[in-house]
Formats: sequence, C-alpha cells, structure tokens
Amino acid sequence: MNSLFPSIVSRSQSSGLMNFFVPIISIVLTLITGSIIFVLLGFDPVYALYTFFISPISSTYGISELFVKATPLALIAIGLSYCFKNNIYNIGAEGQLTMGAIFGGGIGILFHDTNAFWLLPLMIFGGAIGGALWGLIPAILKTKFNTNEILTSLMLVYVALYILDYLVVGPWKDPFGYSFPKSRPFSESGRMPLLFDGLRVHFGLIITLFLIFVSWFIFSKTIFGFQLKVSGYSPKAARYAGFNQTTLVFFAFAICGAFAGIAGLAEVSGPIGLLYRDISPNYGFTAIIVAFLGRLHPIGIIFASLVIALTYLGAEDAQLFLQIPSAVGFIFQGLVLFYLLGAELLINYKLTYKKLL
Amino acid sequence: MNFDLILGILQIVLIATTPLVFAGIGELVTEKSGVLNLGVEGMMLVGAVSAFIILVITESYFLAFFVSILSGIIMSGLFAFLVLFLMSNQIATGLALTIFGIGLSSMLGKQYIGTPIDGLSPWFFVIFSFLIVFLVSYFFYKTKAGLILRAVGESHNSAHALGYSVIKIRFLSILFGGSMCALAGSYISICYAPMWQEGMTAGRGWIALALVVFATWKPERVLIGAYIFGGVTILQMNLQALGLRFPGQFFSMAPYLATIIVLVLISSNKLRIKLSAPASLTIPFYKGR
Repeated sequence: MNSLFPSIVSRSQSSGLMNFFVPIISIVLTLITGSIIFVLLGFDPVYALYTFFISPISSTYGISELFVKATPLALIAIGLSYCFKNNIYNIGAEGQLTMGAIFGGGIGILFHDTNAFWLLPLMIFGGAIGGALWGLIPAILKTKFNTNEILTSLMLVYVALYILDYLVVGPWKDPFGYSFPKSRPFSESGRMPLLFDGLRVHFGLIITLFLIFVSWFIFSKTIFGFQLKVSGYSPKAARYAGFNQTTLVFFAFAICGAFAGIAGLAEVSGPIGLLYRDISPNYGFTAIIVAFLGRLHPIGIIFASLVIALTYLGAEDAQLFLQIPSAVGFIFQGLVLFYLLGAELLINYKLTYKKLL
Repeated sequence: MNFDLILGILQIVLIATTPLVFAGIGELVTEKSGVLNLGVEGMMLVGAVSAFIILVITESYFLAFFVSILSGIIMSGLFAFLVLFLMSNQIATGLALTIFGIGLSSMLGKQYIGTPIDGLSPWFFVIFSFLIVFLVSYFFYKTKAGLILRAVGESHNSAHALGYSVIKIRFLSILFGGSMCALAGSYISICYAPMWQEGMTAGRGWIALALVVFATWKPERVLIGAYIFGGVTILQMNLQALGLRFPGQFFSMAPYLATIIVLVLISSNKLRIKLSAPASLTIPFYKGR
C-alpha cells in the first residue's frame, strides 16, 4: 500500500522536460481557475473566456495591439533575465523604464520642432542611457555598500515616478496644454515609425526582436553568458573560476536598465507621443512574470510576453463587454505566477509515493 | 504657530501613521522567522476591501474587522503554502501576491466605490498599534517562543536539529504578518478614509517593507521609523497647504530616498547587517532525506 500524500524528493539534476511543461501546466491551471471565478461572478465561462482570450485577437487590429503590449514586456523581460540568471533580484524595471522615458523623451521635448533623421536614434540612445544609469544605482550600492538590491531597486521606482510627475506638471509642461499634466508632443521624426498603415504596432517591435536575438547569442555563445549562468548556479564555483562578480552585477544591471529604458522610450515615442504621468500600466513589474514564465529563455520570453499581453487586452475587453473592472487582468497575472512558482517544484524535485507496507 | 494647531497636526500624524505601524510590525514578525513576503500591499488592499464590503452588508464593525483579518490569513496562507510546502521563490511569490491582491480587491470592490459608510473612530487602533509593537517586542526578547521564532529565522537547520518545527513556526509567522497587513488595510478603509477606492493603500505596503529594514528588524524602531515617514508625509501636505513653492513630489519621494540612504548606512557595515538581518531570510527550508 502506498501513502496517500506524495513526498518530495530532490532530483539530482533539474528536469528539462518539466522546464518545458511547467509554464504550460500553469497557463492551463490559470484558465481553469479563471473559468471558476467567472462562474462565481455569474457569467457563462465559455463566453467570458472567449471575451477575455479570443475576441481581443480576432482582428488584425487586435493582433497588432497584442504586439504593441508584448513589445515592452518582452524587451524588459529579456533584460531582467541578465539579472535573474545571476540571482540578482532587480525588481525595479518600472523605474528604469520611467527614467529611460524621461531621458529619451527629454531629448524629444528639447527638439520638439526639429525634424531630422538623427532624432529618433538619439532618443533611443538617451532612453538606454537613462535606464542604464538608473539601473546602475542599485548595482553600485550592492557592490560598494553590500546593500540589498531588492529594496533599493524597488524604492527607486517610486523616486523615478515622482521625478516624472514633477517634470510633466512643472518644467516640462506643455505651454499650450491647458495646464494638463503632460509635455509637448514630440516632432514627427521623434516618433517610432509604424510598421503597417492604420495599425499601432511600431518599430519598437523590431528593436525588441533584435535585442532578443542578441541576448540569445550572448547567453548561449559567449563567455559572459556562461559566467552569468555559472555564478547564478554556484557563486562559489564562479569565484573559484576567477569570475569577477562585481563586473557581472554591473553589466547585468546596466543591460537590464538599458533594455527597460529603451522599452520606456519606445512607449512614449511609439503609441503615446509625449510624456505624461501614466506612461506604463505596470509593464516593469509584469515583465517579471514574463521573465519567469518564459523560463529566462529568449524563445520562452517571446511566447510568455504574448500570453501576458493578452491578459492586458482581455481585461480591457472584459471591462467593455462584461463590465468587470480591467484589474481582473492582474488576477490572471497573479494566478499564472502562483501556479508557475508552485509547479516549479516539479523541475527540481520529484513526487514519490512512499511504500507503507 | 499656536498650541491648537500643533496638537491638530500631531493628531493627524498619529492617525495617518497607524497603518504603517500595523503593516510594518506584521512584516517584521514574518521576516524574523526567515521569510520575506513582498505581498504586503496586496494583502492590505484585500483586507481593506473585505472589511468595507462586510461593513456595508452587515453594518457590524466587529464582523468587518473579523472578516478582514480572515482575508489576510487566507492571502498569507496561500503565500505560506507556496513558499513553505512548494519551496517557491519568496520574492516572486510575494510579488505575485501583490499583483493578485490588486486585481482581486479592485474586482470585489467595484460596486462599492462611492458607497458611504459611518467611519469608526481611529483612536482605539492608534493605541492598539503602540501596544502591539511592545507586545511583539516582549514576545521576541522575553519569551521562549519568541526566542525560538528568532532562532528559526537565523538558522533553520539548527532550529530543526533542536527539534523545532521550522515549517510550523514560519507558517504562523506568515499568518500573523498577513492578519496585521489586513488590519492595516481595514483601518484605512473604515477609520482613516473612510471609503473604498481602487488601490487606496497607495504604496503604504512598500513603505512598510522599507520600514522593517529601516528598523534593522527591531520592533520599537518600526514605530520610530513609521512616525518619521508619517510625519514627513503630513508635513509635506501642510506645507503645500500653506503655499510653499517647493514641488511636493520631492517630499513624496523623501521616504523612499531615506530608505535607500538608511539601507546603505546599515548595510555598508557588513558586520552590522549580518547581526541585524535574519540570516535565513529568503532561504527556503528543505528537510531532505
């Protein structure tokens, strides 16, 4: 006779198969839980799930919107994987995104009446610098003063948001904006080119795909990627091999910050076109879910970003057609991360039934 | 400035700071047992909305706070199950709890936005917040159970070897943290505001997390830190009202900057951070074979 409850036994090697299946399991479980929630709210679950997950992407415009939302998520998530692979908990990507938008957007405001080919590249560069600088603050504090990066990077999110708030109601306020808290619009050459006429999907998608490809190359083909991985698995082994942990922390934060900064700039120079208070619906935090769901793998992150982007779109449609607050999207995001983290157990441990008799 | 004005400001500071004390002390107990729960904001929001809804339906303050604390226990129980039994990553699980809590509270509270209620006088809770800090302090440093809890947070393997149930102690500490966060939330929606609004805890959960580090994991210092933060916030509002031409945003970011500075100060001395922070913080406990 076997015992009723399984016991947890450590695997000698983490399971590659489970690494692939765990995200899928967690998405399926989220959908099941979601339908239960919809039933409890008194909705037909099939109709509700259709409204949430199918109808938002059943038109060309919807698919374009899916990519608009997935672009910043994927870009930030691939940046975060530089940190997470090395067990650096940078959870302040939202702040790095904001600072990127401030630096890059600031250039856009400065040259608001300039139309030149160099403007957008300069803004993108500014976005990367802004995000990287903001990311380097916790890196410096961690390496020089041994300060925990979880809290510092998180606190810097709020500092960045208040700086943006100050700028758009103060010095950078649009002089013709009727005292609305927003900046001047960027000039036409300061905007991300649209990929298709009439759709909002923009050049940021190309940048994102390019940076994901570069990251794939770095992770799998370079010494730097190897060092990141080793020092994540075993800091002792990394030290023994002579890898410089300080340098790794600096690079991981700088790259992650730069990617988040570019994502922020791509938002303000893409769909938004100016600076104002609420430039990001929590992309920087949600990207953490994307990074985990994508198992820190470039291909995984692409798929995960599309799945999570769909929760944003679905939430908007649910608000429109089911009169459910759009925050229901956060419930799905939270659930998928819960299930994922719970099911991760299957990667490093296996469940066995002890023999009682 | 006359005496009445100063007294008035003092009252406002006391009322505004109380939720920070509740959430901070709850998180402190959780962290002392070696678990970092980043879900404070989410648990506060769910606590706030559940208290509000129950009050509107039953018109009973007792039931409102009771159900709210129950919601905190359920939310933190979910977290505890994941991090203790499934050994999930505490940081990511806590974030998931916050995201989930934001969504759940907005959905549950949607039809209650703008519903008027009779607010409850905050003074009982203000006094209780002081009391709970001293009770926690007494528990930690004067009782055997408190010593065991701290031992679990310092070295779970040693505590386990001595025969203490690491999982059980952590579970209870997490539940205490959850109920305190829910209490903080219900205080905001029933005494402080009194109303329900989406995301009405407005980042206080993150401040509470910062407070614990600010306090170098010492209960009384949570109180001190909370009142510094609370005082700065109220000062900023009053200076704004007096027409000071200094951008309020810089005051608003002050608590966050102060936290970073304090973090740097306490952690730059490696020995001091080693002595103050629970050594097993965020490390999962696996009994092995």
